[in-house]
Amino acid sequence: MHDLQQLKRLQQVAQRVYHTVGFYRRSFDEAGVKPEDLKTLGDLKRFPFTTKQDLRDGYPFGLFAVPMSNVVRLHASSGTTGRSTVVGYTHRDIETWSELMARCFVAAGLTKNDIIHNAYGYGLFTGGLGAHYGAEKLGASVIPMSGGNTKRQLMILQDFGPTAICCTPSYALNLAEQGQAMGMDMRSLKLRVGIFGAEPWSDKMRDEIENTMDIMALNIYGLSEIMGPGVSMECTEGREGMHVFEDHFLVETINPDTGEVLPPGERGELVFTTLTKEAFPLVRYRTRDISRIITAPCRCGRTHHRMDRVTGRSDDMIIIRGVNVFPSQIEAVLVGIQGLEPHYQLIVDRVGTLDTLEVQVEVSDALFSNADEVRVLQKIERRINKDLKDFLGITAKIKLVEPKSLQRFEGKASRVIDKRQI
Amino acid sequence: MKVEQVSVFLENKQGSLEEVTRILRDANVNIRTLSLADTTDFGILRLIVNDVDTTSRALRDKGFRVSRTTVVAVEVPDKPGGLHSILEVLARDNIAVEYLYAYVEKSGENAVIIFRFDDSNAAIEVLRKNSFSVLSGDKLYSF
Repeated sequence: MHDLQQLKRLQQVAQRVYHTVGFYRRSFDEAGVKPEDLKTLGDLKRFPFTTKQDLRDGYPFGLFAVPMSNVVRLHASSGTTGRSTVVGYTHRDIETWSELMARCFVAAGLTKNDIIHNAYGYGLFTGGLGAHYGAEKLGASVIPMSGGNTKRQLMILQDFGPTAICCTPSYALNLAEQGQAMGMDMRSLKLRVGIFGAEPWSDKMRDEIENTMDIMALNIYGLSEIMGPGVSMECTEGREGMHVFEDHFLVETINPDTGEVLPPGERGELVFTTLTKEAFPLVRYRTRDISRIITAPCRCGRTHHRMDRVTGRSDDMIIIRGVNVFPSQIEAVLVGIQGLEPHYQLIVDRVGTLDTLEVQVEVSDALFSNADEVRVLQKIERRINKDLKDFLGITAKIKLVEPKSLQRFEGKASRVIDKRQI
Repeated sequence: MKVEQVSVFLENKQGSLEEVTRILRDANVNIRTLSLADTTDFGILRLIVNDVDTTSRALRDKGFRVSRTTVVAVEVPDKPGGLHSILEVLARDNIAVEYLYAYVEKSGENAVIIFRFDDSNAAIEVLRKNSFSVLSGDKLYSF
């Protein structure tokens, strides 16, 4: 029954994108496929992929399938102008998203009697509003905390007595750490469950969160291109992989190098097709997230297949405290500053519970020949820091380095050193 | 009457200064005087040497970021009030000093103050007008 519903919706979405989105008409035509070619779900593999670059090329609204008058909400990934990804939602899309997020909360054992502390960022990032609408849909009481302001968060956790919390797993650990430092007993809070996502984490982190806060920690998955949080969610019974809401999303796993579709169970790159989205439908979107599909039945009784924890990326994107950043975006910020050259390296680490990013930038000849004064170099450091914050929303430590400290790359550069042991 | 100074960008890590002095030793360069400005992350080493060209080339070849800047060297008596007598006239004529460092050849004789000014020409004019001895590069390098 799954398959029949998926096929019918898939056929509809293929027709719709082919007739309303110029990009898809060109891309299908180039691949020599027509929406009518979709006779079975297996036929999908003949269709071309959609990539992040395609979305960037369509910036801002090029891939929208409805007129702007039908779009009621916009979200965007971080990025300098022209490089971010903008997504739109119709009324019905928001309705669907709320419904799916509400399902996630139900899977976490929550009801209308719960109080949900939502510490995902509100704004262009999909996390905050996505979880918010889902919590309201469920009928729970939602505390729209957003990110940051940790002391206030702790006070509210204590005084309002929320029973559930949504945030990134590293922020949960940070809250626990700071709470303990202030003398709070984190285990005695009313919190019962945490819904954590937006960055990679591990079972080791899960154990740590569960022990320090005495809650059940669950994994949620989503990405703004596909919808936002709520594409898949762990259940309290299974806790082995996240159920993908297959009535709204069709998931495939591919070999990231060849594009070949892999059988269920094999690890590869996740590729999603949205089945019901109106404003921003995507066919075979390459997420670059590495995972695998679990087809074994779950003890919770849900029949939607599960996807395993995301274990890596097939591109160079890094996630710093829940914010997605590509090295190319950092490079764009650097070359935008006069006197800097694109010789840099990124060092990602985790100090205590928080991710840190150090941007090592070479002192260029142009910069140093005009200035052998400390304050000039410090001014550049501050400028880089501010631009990274303004354009990408990330806080980084800037370190000016000698030219010989940075490896010179031939061909594809690997600019990221990730020291995190998650 | 200006003097060329070699500035080297250094990361604040163990051994970076030692590397510079080793390169200079191998290049047979003599350091007349130096100063090191530092922050938590990096430092700027400023050198007055007997051979500016060789110094810059040798360091550059080893991957250091090097710049050549113009400074002004002024001789003053090595006695109380020596430095003050210069700063007094500079302040009176609104000449801003970016940084300075000093060395003494022989105790009790003259001291040499190395100044970095925003506007070297204006500074030299003021110093000369007040009869200070502004040293030429050649004189300084070959002491």
